[in-house]
Amino acid sequence: MRIKLDINGTVQEVDTEPRTTLLDCLRDNLNLKGAHAGCEHGVCGACTVLFDGEAVRSCLMFAAQAEGTPIVTIEGVSPGPGELSPIQDAFCETHGMQCGYCTPAMVLVAHALLADNPNPKREDIVDAISGNLCRCTGYAQIIDAIALAAERLRGDNRPAELRS
Amino acid sequence: MKAAPFEYSRVADIDEACALLATDDGARVIAGGQTLVPMMAMRLARPTRLIDINRIAALSYIRLEDDALAIGATTRQSLVERSALVKETLPLLAHAVPHIGHAATRARGTVGGSIANADPAAELPLIAITLDATFNVRGGGKTSDIAARDFFVGPMVTALPEGAILAAVRFPVWRGDRIGVGFHEVNARRSDFAFVSAAAQVAMKADGTCERIAIGVGAVTDFPMRLDSAEQALQGTALDDDAVRAAVSQALAGIEALEDLHASATYRQRVAIKLATRAIIDAREHAHGRPPHAH
Repeated sequence: MRIKLDINGTVQEVDTEPRTTLLDCLRDNLNLKGAHAGCEHGVCGACTVLFDGEAVRSCLMFAAQAEGTPIVTIEGVSPGPGELSPIQDAFCETHGMQCGYCTPAMVLVAHALLADNPNPKREDIVDAISGNLCRCTGYAQIIDAIALAAERLRGDNRPAELRS
Repeated sequence: MKAAPFEYSRVADIDEACALLATDDGARVIAGGQTLVPMMAMRLARPTRLIDINRIAALSYIRLEDDALAIGATTRQSLVERSALVKETLPLLAHAVPHIGHAATRARGTVGGSIANADPAAELPLIAITLDATFNVRGGGKTSDIAARDFFVGPMVTALPEGAILAAVRFPVWRGDRIGVGFHEVNARRSDFAFVSAAAQVAMKADGTCERIAIGVGAVTDFPMRLDSAEQALQGTALDDDAVRAAVSQALAGIEALEDLHASATYRQRVAIKLATRAIIDAREHAHGRPPHAH
């Protein structure tokens, strides 16, 4: 079946089977490999994408179901080629990753959280990433990364003379 | 971990979905898909056709209908979680919803889907049983109501008639100045399936006695149970800690609890007594406008 998907602001037509998950469609049909195939049954969270702004698992949805809804993948969060979003930057600075397998999903979950709650408490961050497994970091630096990104996106790191 | 092939039908209204369901024995309805899709990935489910009801706009709503809050079957759990109306009218549901899976599954998972799926450990069936919800069912061009107590038949088995689809859930709203709720569950990690869950809602009188009480326990038996005998014993009392503990222990004394590698039957029964007791005491304190006890 032919379907149209709205991915990172561009509508693309793909030919796919009904049984193809959104995850497989992104990776295999659209060559967007940033959504990672971990457990493929909704447990690990590595395949997270933003579906209408909310973090969802792309392995728990068929591509055909995603027609017409705006989707953002990790490939769509940077402001330009060779640049990083403030959240990605914060992950680099706090060493919020080791092997990188869970990282795109963690970054997208952080995007969804901070869009909804610019001033999250530590518990809010922990709760937001609680559906995403990381086998390397022990999560502490990921939490630090999201807290740092939140602070920067609020403008708290502006020069002192510019702070209100 | 890839699903077996199937046909995909996206329907515009519920009668179209029912008609398709009636013509194809292997067809299944998909709502949020947060249980069905992994079952299909593991090939534990192999529907020949998926009938996608996600785009039926008329099935997604939260609204007051007389003395009940009606929630459409495809209403996302995340919408219920954020609803001010739910917080105000169904505080017990508002307490329980954040325990369903995690944020990413609540963003897709639906109210009707969780109830029709009838997992013994799921939060929504427990709240529906505890509050005596009514399920509005559509099939064969007719609409009917099934009481929550008659709906659940066994683990993942319901009384939903063949070819019918759950359309809405109506939760009765208790009115009064001294309504209190309590909810507890135990699991290996937050967001995992509950080993035991307990919910309580009470209405207290100005003199400190209990006017009305509803107590439910989930994940312990094939489907959530009401502690009817404890409710009868506790109504009219001040819900003193000792009386609550005794009534709950008696109500759960003879049950045959579920058993699996995570939790033995004895463990489930013991924890059910603890959690139901805590839920009632929390509800009592909440009704009196006091903060919850440290249990």
